[in-house]
Amino acid sequence: MADSSAAAHHAAPDGVTKRDLLQLIAGAGAAIGAGAIAWPLIDSMNPSKDVLALSSVDVDLAPVVEGQGITIVWQGKPIFVRHRTAAEIKEAQDVKLSQLIDPTNGLDSERVKAGHDQWIILVGICTHLGCVPLGNKPSDPRGDYGGWFCPCHGSQYDTSGRVRHGPAPLNLALPPYAFESDTKIKVG
Amino acid sequence: MAGLNKSEFANPVINWIDTRLPIFTMMQKEYGVFPTPKNFNYFWNFGALAMVNLMIMIVTGIFLAMNYQPNTQLAFDSVQHIMRDVNYGWLIRYVHQNGASMFFIVTYIHIFRGLYYGSYKTPRELLWMLGVVILILMMATAFMGYVLPWGQMSYWGATVITNLFSAFPVVGPKIVTLLWGGFSVDNPTLNRFFALHYLLPFVLVGVIFLHVAALHITGSNNPLGIDVKTPQDTLPFHPYYTVKDSVGICVYMIVFAALVFFAPNYLGDPNNFIPANPLVTPADIVPEWYFLPFYAILRSVPNKLLGVCMMFGSLLVMFVLPWLDTSRVRSARFRPIYKWFILLWVVAVIVLGVCGAHKPEGIWVILSRVCTLYYFLHFLVIMPILGKLERPLPLPESISKPVLGGRGGGPMPAGAAAKPMEKA
Repeated sequence: MADSSAAAHHAAPDGVTKRDLLQLIAGAGAAIGAGAIAWPLIDSMNPSKDVLALSSVDVDLAPVVEGQGITIVWQGKPIFVRHRTAAEIKEAQDVKLSQLIDPTNGLDSERVKAGHDQWIILVGICTHLGCVPLGNKPSDPRGDYGGWFCPCHGSQYDTSGRVRHGPAPLNLALPPYAFESDTKIKVG
Repeated sequence: MAGLNKSEFANPVINWIDTRLPIFTMMQKEYGVFPTPKNFNYFWNFGALAMVNLMIMIVTGIFLAMNYQPNTQLAFDSVQHIMRDVNYGWLIRYVHQNGASMFFIVTYIHIFRGLYYGSYKTPRELLWMLGVVILILMMATAFMGYVLPWGQMSYWGATVITNLFSAFPVVGPKIVTLLWGGFSVDNPTLNRFFALHYLLPFVLVGVIFLHVAALHITGSNNPLGIDVKTPQDTLPFHPYYTVKDSVGICVYMIVFAALVFFAPNYLGDPNNFIPANPLVTPADIVPEWYFLPFYAILRSVPNKLLGVCMMFGSLLVMFVLPWLDTSRVRSARFRPIYKWFILLWVVAVIVLGVCGAHKPEGIWVILSRVCTLYYFLHFLVIMPILGKLERPLPLPESISKPVLGGRGGGPMPAGAAAKPMEKA
């Protein structure tokens, strides 16, 4: 309307006017400004520094006897720490990759620290939809493979935490951890 | 009344939506071609600035609420958590905290604009009264927000302000207990203040919608205070006033940013860095700057009930302003005597603010009494009488032809105004 008449007045031969440039610059400036405002607001929803500070946990393994498992909390998630029996270790090592649903990190040796075969440390969250599987306590149902059994949709894990029966698609995740001594680990 | 809207938009998607829900037609009518007096000065920016400020407060407030704990045991620490641990928490909180001050600066200038140019007079009485409702809601929201950090000033501000209601005979103490949800300001008080502090801004949005709806019925006032007579007196809102408002928004943002980044605690009170202690009142207890004039009115009266009534009265008198002012001339530009009285009223309010910041002793008591007297005298006596006695200057024939050479909208470039007006 008003601007079209003004624009026509100043139009260059190719039809591009100074007003087009001004509008683009103003629009770009507004978009950059909106982004600059949105950034801190959205970033404020990321984990805050006190949450990030809770990134590691020390666990004393000495009280955990053979055949027993404990659950600790790391970053708000359950971490399964299980002291496996010799039979459970053998069962885990004998499984062939071809038998697995998810062969990634499928060998038992890839799932424990060398020399600490009796300790399996896992993120205790079913890879299907995030429930916590049963089986860490000896009295829990452990499914057909002697590991863990998810009560939500019936996924089953073996004594190495590998998924053996769906619907879960992936093995239980391995948290980052290290042995600080034979009876102490640091998770995270 | 049912029937599809005949949309004039060329874009097929916009046209499809607009045919079924004519929001684009409405925006075009109310903010696109909306005929607006062509002689606005920069005082007419402040309504838009207040709107922008409200949006900033709501957005930053929502993100603060994600990290705040409305519990007396946790509130103070959770604010420190926001300041130190949350990503950009310091920025969001300082914007919210100083945004409250900016909101009052902008709103007080907006109100002064209305007073000086007679925007409250017929036919804009209801528009004005909705504005007074907005001011009171804003004050309540600001007060409750100030309580949330649960520092010493938060706690004692809450105690003093809620105790104002104890001045009322018979029901007073019962009202105070009801406000507190207990027998002192405590966790129930903090919980409900948080709930209301989150609610009231959305109530404000509703009342502001009515305020703007009423504005779009009466149309805007203008610095000359005379009615729009012909389409030649107006400009389409876009692009003329969207651009003029944008200039104001840039200046406003510069001031706001200077406050947030260089003096974020300049307007705050150091006592609020001390966690609330119900057993010790700080030695110097003052409200935030934007409440100081009202605080001074309260303290200028030696009687408790009368002081409280005067303080509330200083706001409530605004509701009847359209009927207290008997002059039919809107703009103070054409009221040679009133112009000085309204400016004197502004001085009185500022002096009251200064008085409110000082301990009530010596000269400050006398000053605040004189200014309080003038505050009410202005509205209740001078306005009704002066309107009858004063001889106003001759009003311009129209906005396009001001009799005062060069003031209030000089000659417009011929092509700028004429064309869109043919439609209006």
